Amino acid sequence: MNKLMIFGFSIVLFFAIIAIFAPFVATHDPGKIDIENILTGPSKEHVLGTDSLGRDLFSRMVFGTRISLMVGFIAVGIAALIGIALGSIAGYYGKWVDLIIMRFVDIMLCFPTFFLILAVIALLEPSIINIMIIIGITSWMGVARLIRAEILSLKERDFIYAEKAIGASDFRIITRHLIPNAMAPVLVSITLGIAAAILVESSLSFLGIGVQPPTPSWGNILSEGKSVMGAAWWMMLFPGLAIFITVLGYNLLGEGIRERLLKT
Amino acid sequence: MIKYIFRRLIGLIPLLLGITIITFAVIHLAPGKPTDMETQFNPKVSMEARERMMTLYGLDKPIHIQYKDWLIRLLHLDFGISFVDSRPVMKKILERIPVTLGINLASIILILLIGIPIGVSSAVREGGFYDRSMTVFVFVGFAIPTFWLSLILMDLVGVRWGILPVSGIKSLEFEQFGFFEKIFDIARHLVLPVFVSAFGGLAGISRYMRSNMTNVLKQDYIRTARAKGLREKDVIYKHGLKNALLPVVTILGLSVPGLIGGSVIFESIFSIPGMGRLFYESVMTRDYPVIMGVLVIGASLTLLGNLLADVSYAAVDPRIKYE
Repeated sequence: MNKLMIFGFSIVLFFAIIAIFAPFVATHDPGKIDIENILTGPSKEHVLGTDSLGRDLFSRMVFGTRISLMVGFIAVGIAALIGIALGSIAGYYGKWVDLIIMRFVDIMLCFPTFFLILAVIALLEPSIINIMIIIGITSWMGVARLIRAEILSLKERDFIYAEKAIGASDFRIITRHLIPNAMAPVLVSITLGIAAAILVESSLSFLGIGVQPPTPSWGNILSEGKSVMGAAWWMMLFPGLAIFITVLGYNLLGEGIRERLLKT
Repeated sequence: MIKYIFRRLIGLIPLLLGITIITFAVIHLAPGKPTDMETQFNPKVSMEARERMMTLYGLDKPIHIQYKDWLIRLLHLDFGISFVDSRPVMKKILERIPVTLGINLASIILILLIGIPIGVSSAVREGGFYDRSMTVFVFVGFAIPTFWLSLILMDLVGVRWGILPVSGIKSLEFEQFGFFEKIFDIARHLVLPVFVSAFGGLAGISRYMRSNMTNVLKQDYIRTARAKGLREKDVIYKHGLKNALLPVVTILGLSVPGLIGGSVIFESIFSIPGMGRLFYESVMTRDYPVIMGVLVIGASLTLLGNLLADVSYAAVDPRIKYE
């Protein structure tokens, strides 16, 4: 399993480097239109071919990496913040606070998440920031449940009683002692969550209500690829592969971390 | 048992209420009015006409009154009237549900038929070549984007090889077909959508089944069964499988929202007239009553799925006491 985890980590690292150094990796200006080279296949000049406006597909995908990873990270960051906050409050205070928060979690879990995201995105403006926020506020429930379960068992431990005895505030106990000790399963959930968020963003962009052109994202390149499916296979193959490999990377990394944590 | 079901049903009420509140809030917090679509870009529509339309749809009232009115109508199973074609929302949704439910049921059956054997046989050969190749397959299944898989299959199977139709659920000449031809025609149209929607779930269930089965096979009662000289086949299928299968029921219940949510993608790619596509279309035209109707019904179906899963779990597993 460790080999798979290293494989996953390499993929994650590889795409992270591409995203950070996008301007240096790209061979062309991703927005430069060249009507003399419309939909040309992979060649020496254009490694992965060009799109229907003659833009270089490779460079567009390189900048698309930035968008996809950014959406994944920030969306999951928001989800983790909400989940950790609500989960730890529910777990620590218990009683009716716990009851209300966990009922809220149950209700949120009933909705087909993709429906909820679709509705909000289409009613608001489909900007990148809106997408990140909405994916974030519809995917925190798993984290909340995990944190709560951990804290329920942690708060009965001696070191927490000791903290209480020396008069530490609730806030200090939760943020300094409980959350750090409950983070292990959350880490797994966050890693897998990034993969899921990248998938959701690309699905939305594919349906035309995600990242809007001309900003390149893997999903909206694929959406364009659909309309030129018969004429330009590269427009469909490469962005799909990029999404697939990235998601695979985060999933493998997440599973690897899980196995490690369970064994020790 | 009946008491248990009854108590669970009562417990659903606050959840259902929560669902309606969230749905209502989502739709009404968004900027823009549904009447914008019909009036904003049309200079012939006067302010007066616009206000009449607002009154007609009840959009001029304070928000809590709107919610109350909507909820009361909901209790009569009246979801209002579509802004787009003035047909009752309930009717529009009911027309679409069988298609989506049918495809999802078919894919659940496919997932169980293939996923469980894969999981069990991987667990029996834990760590072997077969198990490792199945693990790779599972990760591929998790990571492959549904819409990409749909596009590739559409291009290869539908367009290049021309084996299967790629759009809709029936052919143009459908009405002239005989009974069996009709069934065959629909089946042919549904092969790709069912396959695509089953593919991701397959990975999940087989993975889950594998970990259940490996856990069960380590239990004392399995060792006992082996020690008393039962055949390996009986140990695995009679003692192992039965115990490992139980939690799958719960997972099936939990996977309902994912399946329904996923239907938006493949239904719009394969132009299937189901609930997912209805939702996509109404989101695009800001058809508020339909959006709210689909959200409420989708979430209620999930609740029902979970309840069914819990009840059948309690019915099969004698260890669970439902008092």
